[in-house]
Formats: sequence, C-alpha cells, structure tokens
Amino acid sequence: MKGLLEHVGVEPGRLHFSWISSAEATKFVDVANTVAKEVKALGPARYFIKKRAEVA
Amino acid sequence: MLKYTEKIQETAKRLLQEKRVDAFIGYGKGSVPMMNQPLLVSDPGRVDRLYWDNFCGLNLCNYLTKRTDKVGIVANGCNSRNIVTHIIENQIKRDQLYIVGIPCEGMIDHRAVMRAVKQKEILDIQQNGKTFVVKGADFEETFEKEKFLQSNCAVCIHRNPVIYDELLGDLVEEQTGVSPYQDVEKVEAMDPEKKQGFFTRLISRCIRCYACRNACPLCYCPTCFVDESRPQWVGKSSDPTDTLTFHFLRAYHCAGRCTDCGACERVCPMGISMRQFTKKLNKDCQELFSWEAGLTLDQRPPLDVYRPDDYNDFIK
Repeated sequence: MKGLLEHVGVEPGRLHFSWISSAEATKFVDVANTVAKEVKALGPARYFIKKRAEVA
Repeated sequence: MLKYTEKIQETAKRLLQEKRVDAFIGYGKGSVPMMNQPLLVSDPGRVDRLYWDNFCGLNLCNYLTKRTDKVGIVANGCNSRNIVTHIIENQIKRDQLYIVGIPCEGMIDHRAVMRAVKQKEILDIQQNGKTFVVKGADFEETFEKEKFLQSNCAVCIHRNPVIYDELLGDLVEEQTGVSPYQDVEKVEAMDPEKKQGFFTRLISRCIRCYACRNACPLCYCPTCFVDESRPQWVGKSSDPTDTLTFHFLRAYHCAGRCTDCGACERVCPMGISMRQFTKKLNKDCQELFSWEAGLTLDQRPPLDVYRPDDYNDFIK
C-alpha cells in the first residue's frame, strides 16, 4: 500500500505505519511526534486532495 | 496460431459429445476485425463458431466464477494462471474444469495496428504466422507480428499454460532476456512531483466506464466498491482525485493476484495504460515475496498468509 501510494506520487514521509500496544505510551508519543514532524516538514498536501466538495 | 481454431473445435466437440463438460468456453470471431468475443458453447453441433487467432486478448476466466457445472475452457499462459488464482480463491473447483491449454505467442495490439494504418477503417486481416496483412477499402499493408504485440505480451515470460488437461500444440520457448518492469523502474526513479504529473496525465482521459474492472478476471465481487453507495467509498464524478482513487484501489485489489494478462488495457475505450498501477504491485510482490501470481496451486498468495520473515520495514 505504502509502496503504491508513493509510486503514484504521494511523498515519502506523509504516510506512516506503526504497531503500538496500549501499554506502550512512550512509543505512541515518539511515533506521533515523528509523524507530526515529518508531515510538517513536507507542508500541506496538494496531491490526491479533492479541491471542491462535489458530494455533500 | 491460426491452426488452433480447428483443434479447439474438435476438442470442444469431443468433450461435449462425451459429456465430459456441460459447456465449453472459448472465443468466437467478432463482428469487426481484431475484436474476438468470448463464446460459451453447450451444443456439440455449434462448435464451429469457436475461433482462435492473434486477437484473443480478453480473459475467459471471467466466466468461470460461481459456476456449478463442468466447464471446458481454452487457456493460454496468462489465462491458465488466472484459472489457478480462481481455484486458490475458491471460485471454482479443479475437478469442474477441463482445461485446454494453448501455448501462446502473444496477442496483437489492435490499437497499434490502427495507429499504423492511420486510423483508417480495417475491413479484413489475414494472419500468416509471423506476419499479417491488413486490408481496407483502398489500402493493403503487411506488418510483422513481433512489432505489434500487446505491451504485456512483449514482456511475457509465461507463454505456456501452467495448468492443463490437454495441450493443443507443442510448448513454445519462453522469452528470456526481457525486462518486464522497465517502465515501472522509470517511474520509480522520478521524484514525487514528476510521479504526480505522470499519473495525473495517465488517467486524465479516464471516463470512469469501469470496462477495465469488468474485463478483469480478478474483479468478481458481487458489488464492487465503486458501485456501493452506503457507504460511498469513492466519488463517482470524473474529478481527477476520484479517478485516481478508483484506479489506485482497483489496482490494490489485484495485489499479488494480477497475472498481467492485459485485458484491462485492451478493453479501455480511451487507451489508458492502467497496467502502470498493477505492474508496480507485481514488481513489489516479486521483490518482497518472490511471488508471481497463479503459478502453483500449492502455495497461498502472499497477502493471504503470515510468515515471521514477511517484509516489515515500513512499520515503525
């Protein structure tokens, strides 16, 4: 899935996968921070986004 | 290739008369040149309508799903791999099938022929082994078959059927030295913006007719995700994002199952090369799971099983 999304042009770093147990609070914080940092660095997504709301 | 027509007819007749099968699925000659149609025969007296030539690019496995009777079917390399996929996915049982194998030397791309004659109307095509003659009202041209193969046939490495009960000809030599994923590698080397441009252009002509889905033997869901409205998974407009979502998901549903038979591209009225999506997945399956769809009945597909050494690098 990640491979194909990046193949069609979604920037690497916009999509993250992780496996976190409910007991791994620190891991969750780490991953959430990394995701936020990497996505912020990429800026707002312009691709694969519908410009107009056509379906209510 | 043409010699197979008679053999197919004989075999179908024999199978139907001996009641080995209740129906026989093959190709019939289309009403216009270069367009053969799927044909299901159940009357041994009508087997003369079965036909075979270089334009049998549709995939007959579409007509196997959920059948309960015994069926005979014509299968070349890619079709036979789809039969294997169907058996693995419990769409049909092996003992219901009588597979008539045909070693295939590739199908001709009807669009390439149309381009070569500058879109003039073709009235007749004569095929003689390595060449074919195209006739129209005021022209006649001879072409080499090799140069007009469908793009998937040109890089095919499984021309011989992988599963069959009877073979109608000698096995052909498999192509070696072809690099099937050259175009995928070219896209992989682009940066994200170029990729976005490439795929946006690729699907810009799509009219969302879903012919690619209908022609695909893998697409046998009773209700396709694009037709569902509760919930509505994907917008039905021809908005580029909706269209990309459709192509993306269609391809993803074929991950580890696609045999690159090329039926989707063949039937596309707009000539879109949607194999660019499925081929990337085929390449990933090959690289990450050493898997090519439909080669064996003894192994489960990669997305169907868990192995401790599965590819894991994308999970943090």
